[in-house]
Amino acid sequence: MTALCERAIVSLRSAPSLPRHVRIQYDPVRLAFAVLSPEKVFWPNDISLDILRRCDGQSTVERIIADLAADYDADPQDVADDVVAFLQEWSDKLLVKL
Amino acid sequence: MSEALLPPIGMLAELTHRCPLRCPYCSNPLELLKANRELDTQTWLDLFSQAADLGVLQVHLSGGEPTLRRDLEQLIAACSALGVYTNLITAGVGIAEGRIEAFAEAGLDHLQLSFQGARPATTDRIGNHQGSHEKKLETAHRARAAGLPLTINAPVHRHNIEEVPEFIDLALSLDAERLEIANVQYSGWALANRDLLMPDRAAVDRQADIVAAAQEQLAGIMNIDFVTPDYFAIYPKPCMGGWARDAFMVTPDGTVLPCHAAQTIPSLRFERFGDRSLAEIWTDSPAFNAFRGTEWMREPCRSCERREVDWGGCRCQALAIVGDAAATDPACIKSTAHARMATLVDETRRSNTAGDDAFMYRRIGRNFDGGNNRRR
Repeated sequence: MTALCERAIVSLRSAPSLPRHVRIQYDPVRLAFAVLSPEKVFWPNDISLDILRRCDGQSTVERIIADLAADYDADPQDVADDVVAFLQEWSDKLLVKL
Repeated sequence: MSEALLPPIGMLAELTHRCPLRCPYCSNPLELLKANRELDTQTWLDLFSQAADLGVLQVHLSGGEPTLRRDLEQLIAACSALGVYTNLITAGVGIAEGRIEAFAEAGLDHLQLSFQGARPATTDRIGNHQGSHEKKLETAHRARAAGLPLTINAPVHRHNIEEVPEFIDLALSLDAERLEIANVQYSGWALANRDLLMPDRAAVDRQADIVAAAQEQLAGIMNIDFVTPDYFAIYPKPCMGGWARDAFMVTPDGTVLPCHAAQTIPSLRFERFGDRSLAEIWTDSPAFNAFRGTEWMREPCRSCERREVDWGGCRCQALAIVGDAAATDPACIKSTAHARMATLVDETRRSNTAGDDAFMYRRIGRNFDGGNNRRR
């Protein structure tokens, strides 16, 4: 198998973004934010949504972790573990671009 | 119903039954509609608008071949303006120059392109269309050049199951972000051609191993969705995510259905958009309520811990094989008719000599004896 790209691994310097086939959208019928992708619709919880909204292609993972730790008044190392694991999972499903 | 009625999330719009390909497993019904039965542009626009109001977030624009509709750009633009995610499901043959770019410009979110084979000879033979493979490759390149994300869809059966590794390579080489290895579901034309399409168990097992290994190896590179073959399954699929649960489809003439093959169930009558609003059909149509939720279930479904996982499976398969649309899907190991699936696999193998591909190709207005529609 010859792929045109390699599996991306999250680093603190990654600046994640949403690929073109993925978007976050408020659904006025269900009063919730949905993540739309080719076949699936996801309903992220508040924390996941906070991470995804910061995937603007500008903010680094390091910055996202610092922001969330401040917002949630949480231990940065705990936040880091969660954010990195979340982004790796979503990147592996091609829902986030690193 | 045992639970609250939910708004639909997905809509499959079969804009037309016309298609340049004649695949013998087409999911369209045997009685295909001619162009003069198709809804006009304004009616589709009204329908998409009502669908969005009702809660639909994704529209799959399909057919037949949806690009044969000259108003496709307009339909995509309207969905896009409504905030609805649009997925174009195309055979990728004969799309005029500039149109793919126009679809992207109109706001198309994603394009799904079918390949009947990974090899040109297979694609051309299964779709009964010379040169189709080359045209599909060109469509894939044009889609990627227009910035459109791409899924390659490979419907799998005994005539191409050995090409699964090549399908994976093909999808990678075309820069697809997603590949569907979709074992053919035996309804519509596929049911009519079942004896010629059914793979054997050894090939199915090999395929499952190949796909599982590739899924692991290609994590983060390409998603592979594997639609497993019902006749070799232990549990059924939640057909359409459950009957009338979160998705529906619309035929070219505006008939609203819970699934592709629903019209094969003779006890049900389906309503057309225009005669009633979409919200009325979704909420009140007796056909939609017939198998919604879990209340309609009998044993073994009724007390099964999986009843809200697979929702009893496929009603049309239950009808086709058990003769009762309210029976448990025979794909389920708990069905009293489950052994019939394996018997059918064995029977098709016996009635089938190697290399036999006298398909009954899909055709609008075919004679139902099928006799003059066979490949010589």
